[in-house]
Amino acid sequence: MSIFVNKHTKVLVQGITGNEGTFHSQQCIKYGTKIVAGVTPGKGGQKMDDVPVFNTVKEAKLKTGANASMIFVPPPLAADAILEAVDAEIDIIVAITEGIPVMDMMRVKNIMKGKKSRLIGPNCPGIITPGECKIGIMPGPMHKPGGPIGVISRSGTLTYEVVHQLSKQGIGQTTCIGIGGDPVNGTNFIDVLDAFQKDKDTEGIVMVGEIGGTAEEEAALFIRNHVTKPVIGFVAGLTAPPGRRMGHAGAIISGKSGTGQGKIAAMKENGIHICENLGELGELCKTVFN
Amino acid sequence: MKIHEFQAKELFRKYQVPVPDGKVADNREDVKKIGTSFGAFPVVVKAQIHAGGRGKGGGVKLAHSSEDLLRLADEIIGMNLVTPQTGPEGKRVGKVLVEQGLKIKKELYLSIIPDRSTAKIVIMASQKGGMDIEAVAEKTPEEIIKVYIDPLSGIQGYHCRELAFFLGIPKPAMKEAAAMIRNLFKLFVDYDCSLVEINPLILTEDDRMLALDAKMDFDDNALFRHPDVVGFRDVDEESPLEVEASTFHLNYISLDGNIGNIVNGAGLAMATMDIIKLAGAEPANFLDVGGGATSEMVENAFRIILKDEKVKGILINIFGGILRCDVFATGVVSAAKKTGLNLPVVVRMEGTNVEEGRKILADSGLNLITAVDLKDAAQKVADIVKQ
Repeated sequence: MSIFVNKHTKVLVQGITGNEGTFHSQQCIKYGTKIVAGVTPGKGGQKMDDVPVFNTVKEAKLKTGANASMIFVPPPLAADAILEAVDAEIDIIVAITEGIPVMDMMRVKNIMKGKKSRLIGPNCPGIITPGECKIGIMPGPMHKPGGPIGVISRSGTLTYEVVHQLSKQGIGQTTCIGIGGDPVNGTNFIDVLDAFQKDKDTEGIVMVGEIGGTAEEEAALFIRNHVTKPVIGFVAGLTAPPGRRMGHAGAIISGKSGTGQGKIAAMKENGIHICENLGELGELCKTVFN
Repeated sequence: MKIHEFQAKELFRKYQVPVPDGKVADNREDVKKIGTSFGAFPVVVKAQIHAGGRGKGGGVKLAHSSEDLLRLADEIIGMNLVTPQTGPEGKRVGKVLVEQGLKIKKELYLSIIPDRSTAKIVIMASQKGGMDIEAVAEKTPEEIIKVYIDPLSGIQGYHCRELAFFLGIPKPAMKEAAAMIRNLFKLFVDYDCSLVEINPLILTEDDRMLALDAKMDFDDNALFRHPDVVGFRDVDEESPLEVEASTFHLNYISLDGNIGNIVNGAGLAMATMDIIKLAGAEPANFLDVGGGATSEMVENAFRIILKDEKVKGILINIFGGILRCDVFATGVVSAAKKTGLNLPVVVRMEGTNVEEGRKILADSGLNLITAVDLKDAAQKVADIVKQ
């Protein structure tokens, strides 16, 4: 078992004919993901390798039965691309695009209320159920299929680091999700924690946060009340100075809110095992999850 | 992106948000000319730097005569202004805003920010204007009102009324206050702001509402649709190294430590800074070269870091995945040679062909130290500091 995506997931790629879109679609196909369609307005009827390209998401879904989308559309047009997928009732929408304006994402988030689609990202590495389905830009081979650990993270390469350490310790993953580094995003920690708690094959969770916002604090409270599986938490940015945006639009300490220390304290209080030193995460997982 | 007060007030005027009469000047003659044009004293002379707390550092002063204007111009233009937000090194003042003085009845606070967890726009207001709002929020949170606005339906009349009543606006100024809040909200949305803050917002003795101060910050990701805001950028307000890094598309922030670091990805870069500190050293910077990593990027990153004289050693932490380590290692060696690098460099890389990559580093004849994983890298960095 896994959450959100598996070997039956059929993926369409919005922006498949761009450099990034083409390259990563090919990587996903190589990993075994069922990429069934591409969407690039004006290029309908063409093909990317063997993948048929359509003008609209609706048409691509109708002709191929796609139920997930991976978005590589450039930032000025990305919100529109997400909404097109929402309107076509795509189940899982993974927005890789980095640099979408916050105002656009606030509109998207409010429009999506009550809709059936789930958005992952934007500005994220994507989602992978190892051995079954990779929708995103993460390197596939370092993942270890079969579980029993679920991984959630706000970051990209930091997630790879975490997964790499797990796999090196012989610990496999059920599903790994990067929820993205933007201030306003689709799926949050709580949505994923809830899904991992309900997934019978996931026995433990690694949650990777970073400075900025209050998502980790809210997740910690949720864990106390609703998650019985062991959770290991890590927070990046303990040495970051206030008021400076650390790369991700969401990673900024403003005033007293969003500090790494505050997040770690909240996580500790709510029974989460804290990894203080990222270099030792693999060992800690081995101890806690055994 | 931050802009100056006088630039923010230009945008306020464009959106019919009342501000005091005033103009910006960079020399004593203009200060006198503008200051005397109001036909009355006092006149306020305000240093234009991005950092807050200007008054505390002596950057905001009152002139009661044209002699005062000249004296204050000489004093403030060119001064090194130190405020709680500039750090001890301070900031050189290039321009001043010269404004008409007003008779203030009441100082209020108003700000607009996006709220990330609700995806709504929140307007905050308080009667405790002119003070540190963080302190008010902590000690007497009931003195701050937060009104959440759905970005789809936008601001309504009742939002404005709720805010105005909370602010205790007297009846004659009510309509004006509501219009001001509405216009300010429109400005916030139209310009993709990440902050609009007026502290203080004032009520004059003749019951007019004006923005005495104006602070604006913009969403960097939305600047592509606001060329006029890009025109407001003042690179003198930014660290020269950070400006140079941005021309190479490197995400660089200088810090106080002595271990430079080059990392791909923002989250991993933060975690790498943390691990340097855990190892007993201090990071000299945050530097994210982006998800991929090319030798050209590393070369540029070396150039930036080498300009920071505090740096005693460098840690490169690249988690490639699809990166070929042999290619990357060759890039690091050539970048080190090109830039004449003579500091010790600890290289931790992960990806395909990692063994070949390590061999290339070892055979280079340069001071390139291979680390097998993050823990090892941190230990080797600590060893450099101890030397």
